[in-house]
Amino acid sequence: MTIADQLVVVPIVLPLVAGAATLLIDERRLAAKAAVSIVSTLALVAAAIALVALVDASGTRVCHVGDWPAPFGIALVADRLSAAMVLLGSTLGLACLVFGLARWQREGPRFHALVHFLLMGVNGALLTGDLFNLFVFFEVLLAASYGLALHGSGTLRVRAGLHYIVVNLAASLLFLIGASLMYGATGTLNLADLAVRVAAVPAGDRWLVESAAAILGVAFLTKAGMWPLCFWLPGAYASASAPAGALFAILTKVGVYVVLRIWLLLFAGSSGPSPGFGSTWITFGGMATIAFATLGVVASQNLARLASYSVLVSSGTLLAVITAQSAAVTSAALYYLVASTLAGAALFLLIELADRGRAAGADVLAVTAEAFAADAAPLDENDEAGVAIPATMALLGSSFVGCTLMLAGLPPLAGFVAKFALLDALLRTTPIPGAAWAMLVLLLVSGLAVIVGMGRAGVRRFWASPDVAVPRVRVIEMVPVAFLLALCAAMTIEAAPVLRYLGDAAAGLHAPRNYIDDVLSPR
Amino acid sequence: MNEVVIAAAIGVLTSSGVWLLLRPRTFQVAIGLSLLSYAVNLFIFCMGRLRIGVAPIVAPGGAADPAAFADPLPQALVLTAIVIGFATTALLLVVLLAARGLTGTDHVDGQEPPA
Repeated sequence: MTIADQLVVVPIVLPLVAGAATLLIDERRLAAKAAVSIVSTLALVAAAIALVALVDASGTRVCHVGDWPAPFGIALVADRLSAAMVLLGSTLGLACLVFGLARWQREGPRFHALVHFLLMGVNGALLTGDLFNLFVFFEVLLAASYGLALHGSGTLRVRAGLHYIVVNLAASLLFLIGASLMYGATGTLNLADLAVRVAAVPAGDRWLVESAAAILGVAFLTKAGMWPLCFWLPGAYASASAPAGALFAILTKVGVYVVLRIWLLLFAGSSGPSPGFGSTWITFGGMATIAFATLGVVASQNLARLASYSVLVSSGTLLAVITAQSAAVTSAALYYLVASTLAGAALFLLIELADRGRAAGADVLAVTAEAFAADAAPLDENDEAGVAIPATMALLGSSFVGCTLMLAGLPPLAGFVAKFALLDALLRTTPIPGAAWAMLVLLLVSGLAVIVGMGRAGVRRFWASPDVAVPRVRVIEMVPVAFLLALCAAMTIEAAPVLRYLGDAAAGLHAPRNYIDDVLSPR
Repeated sequence: MNEVVIAAAIGVLTSSGVWLLLRPRTFQVAIGLSLLSYAVNLFIFCMGRLRIGVAPIVAPGGAADPAAFADPLPQALVLTAIVIGFATTALLLVVLLAARGLTGTDHVDGQEPPA
């Protein structure tokens, strides 16, 4: 183990220390808290960038915690995929913290500490190479997310938060059952060692491994929001405060990441003992999720619910394609994952700004008015001159258009590149399987639904209500939204290097032998 | 015999837990989750195989025969799971109380179903 390998620990330790430090600072000294918090998150992003560069230059880095050799100790593994995900999570964390500086850090106690612990859990879950350690980091991120879901309090949040907590506690118990069953069947918890030993399990005990994997799968897919395990998600995400909702956009992706990693390690390939175990369930579950979320997008009355359903659309899309056993599909899916997470988070932040100062239930009233064609406001003469749209609204509106383009997958932004790459990769296999055609239809229909849903909401919000007070938006709140959208634009312009990196990541995932050797071989 | 007893214990705890988890009152849900976590803890413990009268700790000095010792790993896992379960249950109880205070009912949906 070299000094460079220690960099793998930094994304876990840094938020832990920063979170603990902000806990120690008095609640009234918000400026000090904010300073500590922003500086450490900037450092975290820098560390994540360094990690991506390191891994891209010199391959997978493994850190054996306490210098215990794998598979006995806990190994932290950074390959191209986990490094990229860490960078994505840290970037979102930075955007949400900056956004929270304006208002949300004052709405409830310990906002900064909760965000840092959430980041610690996310980074830990992404970097760990051990099944039980994964459970521990899941609990860390969930515990912090329970706090963030309730941040700002209020009846609506507590009610939705209660469902969120109970569902996730039950899923965590399933995780424990699956992990211990896996240990009972194979005698190891290290993911790389598990991949080796699962192949050697005698045929009579295969059902043990398979049921363990299935139980684990249910736990992960609950986190990823696969239908029918996702009914808790729209309520919890829509009622959470804006920065929390934006951060939660990465949580479903962590679920998808874990499914991708473990499934590819244990059951991918055609030579293994149970090849492709569960892939039908994941694929069709993902498709069902897209269908369910598409209906949800069209049916949503308010923007926050619409954003939650769009998170479900992206998670369904990912689940439907990750078991396709093709590196090209996986690399397109990873590009889609990054693009949709950035856009989803930007949308959550934007919605709160746009809805500010708006009476609750205004959306329902607008729909009712449409349904009864009761255009109550008679046109007066002044309307002929047109309504002057204030600068704030113009800025919010154009960001909203950006988010719509990203989520619906329209050119010229990264959403289009992602969907195009995905469809292209899916249709390259010959003969084209029926599931790929179904996926093509679902992907295009869900894109259309997102345009319809967001277009309707946008028209009503930005154009059709000139008498609504212009929301007071501070520059510091607009900067994170612009930053996230600028990243989307950068991903479009620099699509080639990003796709090259993610292509290498996918190739690494589809050759699990390298991962296993990197973790298990003594350095 | 041991196996039957412990399997029955886990089964009874799990079934009671699941039943309570599906009840409409928040307190029943909290107790249901606690029972389920006891069942899961016992289950993890069993995954290290049931051994009677053997220690999980090897005496210092010299290599030991693994067959004469219990598997220490599930015991460590159970300890972690208990601690985490404790913390999350405490957090759940706080949220239950908050929900009771804010909605005025202990129904999980925050409102009484129409009679």
